[in-house]
Amino acid sequence: MSILVIAEHDNSSLKAETLKTVNAAQKIGGDITLLVAGYNCQNAVDAASKVNGVSKVLACDNAAYEHQLAENVSLLVTELAADYEHILATALTTGKNFMPRVAALLDVSQISDIIDVESSDTFVRPIYAGNAIATVQSLDSKKVITVRTTGFDAVATDGNAEVVTLDTVTDAGTSSHVSDELTVSERPDLGAASVVISGGRGMQNGDNFKLLDGIADKLGAAIGASRAAVDAGFVPNDMQVGQTGKIVAPDLYIAVGISGAIQHLAGMKDSKVIVAINKDPEAPIFQVADYGIVTDLFDALPELESKL
Amino acid sequence: MKVLVPIKRVIDYNVKVRVKPDQSNVDLANTKMAINPFCEIAVEEAVRLKEAGTATEVIAISIGDKSCQEQLRTALALGADRAIQIETDENLDALNIAKLLKKVVEEEQPQLVILGKQSIDSDNNQTGQMLAALTGMPQGTFASVVKVEGEKVNVTREIDGGLQTVALNLPAIVTTDLRLNEPRYASLPNIMKAKRKPLAVKSAADFGIDLTARTKLLKVTPPAQRQAGIVVESVDELVEKLKNEAKVIS
Repeated sequence: MSILVIAEHDNSSLKAETLKTVNAAQKIGGDITLLVAGYNCQNAVDAASKVNGVSKVLACDNAAYEHQLAENVSLLVTELAADYEHILATALTTGKNFMPRVAALLDVSQISDIIDVESSDTFVRPIYAGNAIATVQSLDSKKVITVRTTGFDAVATDGNAEVVTLDTVTDAGTSSHVSDELTVSERPDLGAASVVISGGRGMQNGDNFKLLDGIADKLGAAIGASRAAVDAGFVPNDMQVGQTGKIVAPDLYIAVGISGAIQHLAGMKDSKVIVAINKDPEAPIFQVADYGIVTDLFDALPELESKL
Repeated sequence: MKVLVPIKRVIDYNVKVRVKPDQSNVDLANTKMAINPFCEIAVEEAVRLKEAGTATEVIAISIGDKSCQEQLRTALALGADRAIQIETDENLDALNIAKLLKKVVEEEQPQLVILGKQSIDSDNNQTGQMLAALTGMPQGTFASVVKVEGEKVNVTREIDGGLQTVALNLPAIVTTDLRLNEPRYASLPNIMKAKRKPLAVKSAADFGIDLTARTKLLKVTPPAQRQAGIVVESVDELVEKLKNEAKVIS
């Protein structure tokens, strides 16, 4: 069998989640090709060629793919699809955007957000915000799949795949990129960090999120937030961890002033170790936490920072 | 310009789902149902476009059995002008939903179709993008700002790491994210008025589309439960446990 994996990248580097999507492809089993479609994306192509388990990298470098516009990328993937039984993308905002277009153009269903592979046509995925787990069989001859990376480990990057340059240009001409407003941060990505510290409504305001900075610096952690904190306007939405935000599964997750609503738990309950800091001993977060401490976060945070 | 808003009837987001003992699916018997929250945001956005004078007519559509008329009446009470129900007893895949919607798009010729980015039951996040592909329209998914400007619509999208704004030729597809707007509550007079607004019923079978399911649900199980851990007494104890027991910090 042949599998096409579409790489997540920002033209200059390959996103760590792609390594996990390749792992999902290995579990399906078959010859794995990694597609890097972008613009001035040689660095991402170089990184892709080192991903273990990949036999071939398709490099498609054209302005039409610079911003991963779904209209253009989906046409490219559809053109390449004939050679593959499985087409995989990472279930991040880019893959979620273009992949259903690919499925519809190929006239097949998509299996979204898989967290496990049972066989080459049967996959496991969360439904109802992770409150139920479905096992789904695809009846289509071609499988179009997005992969939730928290379910898979990253593959190593000491491989040496052949790079094939494509000059296919698929520009639908119906959409154009206007601007990006990206959060600039020295910290690791929420999705890739091995430690995440998140604040909730208990933080009381946006300024108090600074209390998390020192701890995040010491632990090399990403900073997240609950939906309550986002809705209250404390922090921007791209920090949101939960059903409607980012799904994370770091080695260590520290929930500060977060009560633990179902919608938040859906985004972090697969973390290896969960720590909860909350002054309400009845908060549901304590039911999933490995270590809980019932105390005022405004006392605990400075002390924790000084003792790390 | 006409705006089409496809909506879905789903379990109320406050209700905790239960898995059936035979693992065939979740148990929705006697469960409170509601309009999918993202679809409600889509209705609100369409109604605001009409109030701003940009849209001339807002049409709500839902695909399902007769019970989804309840959610269509909600959309009418929120300000949609008329509604269409495509009747089917089947639980259709997103691709088949998109194929039916494509037929309606061809008939109604909307300039904008606004959908929720995903439904909170199947969590697929597919229908809008699939409809865009089938109709050849551009798409602005996970929208937090929608601005119609002449022959284009500018959509600001919630992406990993921040926001992205794209310009789409009309007609176009938009899918909503949470922060696009805060839906209004339907007033009692508007609920009464909604009962008299037109609601057309069509049969899915009449569209001449092969609606065979492409996926098979083999089983549904409850998620693995996490065991509650221990409560520590001090920050010192916490740091000690993380270092020596969990070994996640050094």
